[in-house]
Amino acid sequence: MRIRVDRERCVGAGMCVLTAADYFEQDDEDGRVVLLADEAEDCDTAIADAAALCPAGAITLR
Amino acid sequence: MSASETVPYGIPLDRETPFDPPAAVMALHRGAEMRRLRYHPNGDLGWLVTSHRLARKVLADPRFSARLGSPVQVPIPMPGIEAYADFEGDFPATPGMFIEMDPPDHTRLRRKLTGVFTVKRMKALEPRIERHVQDRLDALAAGPRPADLVAQFAVPVPSMMICELLGVPYERRDRFEADSRALFTIDAGAGAKEAAMNALFAFLGELAAAKRAAPTDDLLSDLAADPDLSEAEVAGMAALLLIAGHETTAKMLALGTMALLENRDQWDLLRGRPDLMAGAVEELLRYLTIIHTGLIRQVKTDFEFEGHQIKAREYVTVSVQTANRDEAHFIEPDRLDVTADAKGHLTFGHGVHQCLGQQLARMEMRIAFAGLIGRLPGLRLAVPAHEVPLVTGQSFYGVAELPVTW
Ligand code: HEM
Ligand code: SF4
Repeated sequence: MRIRVDRERCVGAGMCVLTAADYFEQDDEDGRVVLLADEAEDCDTAIADAAALCPAGAITLR
Repeated sequence: MSASETVPYGIPLDRETPFDPPAAVMALHRGAEMRRLRYHPNGDLGWLVTSHRLARKVLADPRFSARLGSPVQVPIPMPGIEAYADFEGDFPATPGMFIEMDPPDHTRLRRKLTGVFTVKRMKALEPRIERHVQDRLDALAAGPRPADLVAQFAVPVPSMMICELLGVPYERRDRFEADSRALFTIDAGAGAKEAAMNALFAFLGELAAAKRAAPTDDLLSDLAADPDLSEAEVAGMAALLLIAGHETTAKMLALGTMALLENRDQWDLLRGRPDLMAGAVEELLRYLTIIHTGLIRQVKTDFEFEGHQIKAREYVTVSVQTANRDEAHFIEPDRLDVTADAKGHLTFGHGVHQCLGQQLARMEMRIAFAGLIGRLPGLRLAVPAHEVPLVTGQSFYGVAELPVTW
């Protein structure tokens, strides 16, 4: 699946980093999400969790 | 019985047991995901949302505004609130207090801080938190028994940390601890709250001015140096961090310790398994849900939501304590199980206001619980559990004192 993040929506809560640190990081300056890889196995449940837990709906999976 | 008689008037706060939400609130949750609620002081009709599904939905939906306004309404009685009865429109937002703002005002201020509270930055604070925890444990272990864990440990650890981060001298905590307590004490009175807020602004405004003249390496100096922020905004942001940053975590540390002691198998399990600590903290956050009065929003326009007709200016209370006990989302939610999957709990909220300090709070709790269990494995309550004084009259639920011995 493809991972997309919307930095305009991101509120820097860090749930994604806490849940799937291999894919998400927070910008050192503004705390907003930075994608480390935009492609993942469909069975990777951590990514699905991160998308569901993001409080701002900033992560979409396709 | 007429329909109006079945509408609850405000949210009950009194509990039957220390760790479970009031039975009356749980009963409302079992009856419907969302229902009418009458608000104090005038009985205005609004809404109460109790399920996990709808709590998430409301908190993520910008139509439910964090800007509150007339007609003044609160889900629990608040003396002095009648003074605002004649007010028309949205209450003026306190400068810097972005918790009560909507985007884009909220976004502008929150983004000034998100870089400071990242997962990575909070991990880097680990040694400093560890040091504060060990210092407090040394003092506790060397002092008399029984001891009050609230005053000796649960309050000082987060208070020292937020002071250090902000650059507020901890020795001057008399200038902010009582005032911030007044702000989250439900029946402190509207006048006393206003006075407390003014005092906090004065204290932090002075401190910010000093830092503007002679910057030190801390958050308040950075905010004070930001040309885009007014002096009042700097004081308000600092006040928000101080208020939100110490009493919440303090309540969790004391109530969490009590919950582990009263579920001794869970305490013992954590003794041998430090790897369980991160999950245990999430489970304690879920199970204890210290934000027992719920999260409050107001709608500004008429719209339909989940089959209900919502009217402009109605209030909506999101009952996080029931959402966190929702069987549709959690397995056996009424049991404390530090090995359970508490993912998705709403104790830090949801949506754009989700707790800014959550990664700091998590680090503090992990280190503090681990320190306590490691250092005082034989810790126990020094009084019967039912004699521990509970605090229901504040925005954050917890214990007033926790007499312990070891
Ligand atoms: C266990 C401890 C904590 C709990 C349970 C907690 C809970 C919450 C909740 C539920 C909200 C959302 C309020 C709403 O949606 O109306 C919130 C917001 C906030 N919290 Fe925390 N909090 C904790 C610790 C902290 C700490 C340590 C800090 C500061 C360092 C902090 C700073 C904030 C701030 C600044 C906001 C406002 C965020 C915004 O409006 O965008 N909190 N907190
Ligand atoms: S969880 Fe969402 S809001 Fe939080 S940092 Fe990640 S993308 Fe941003």
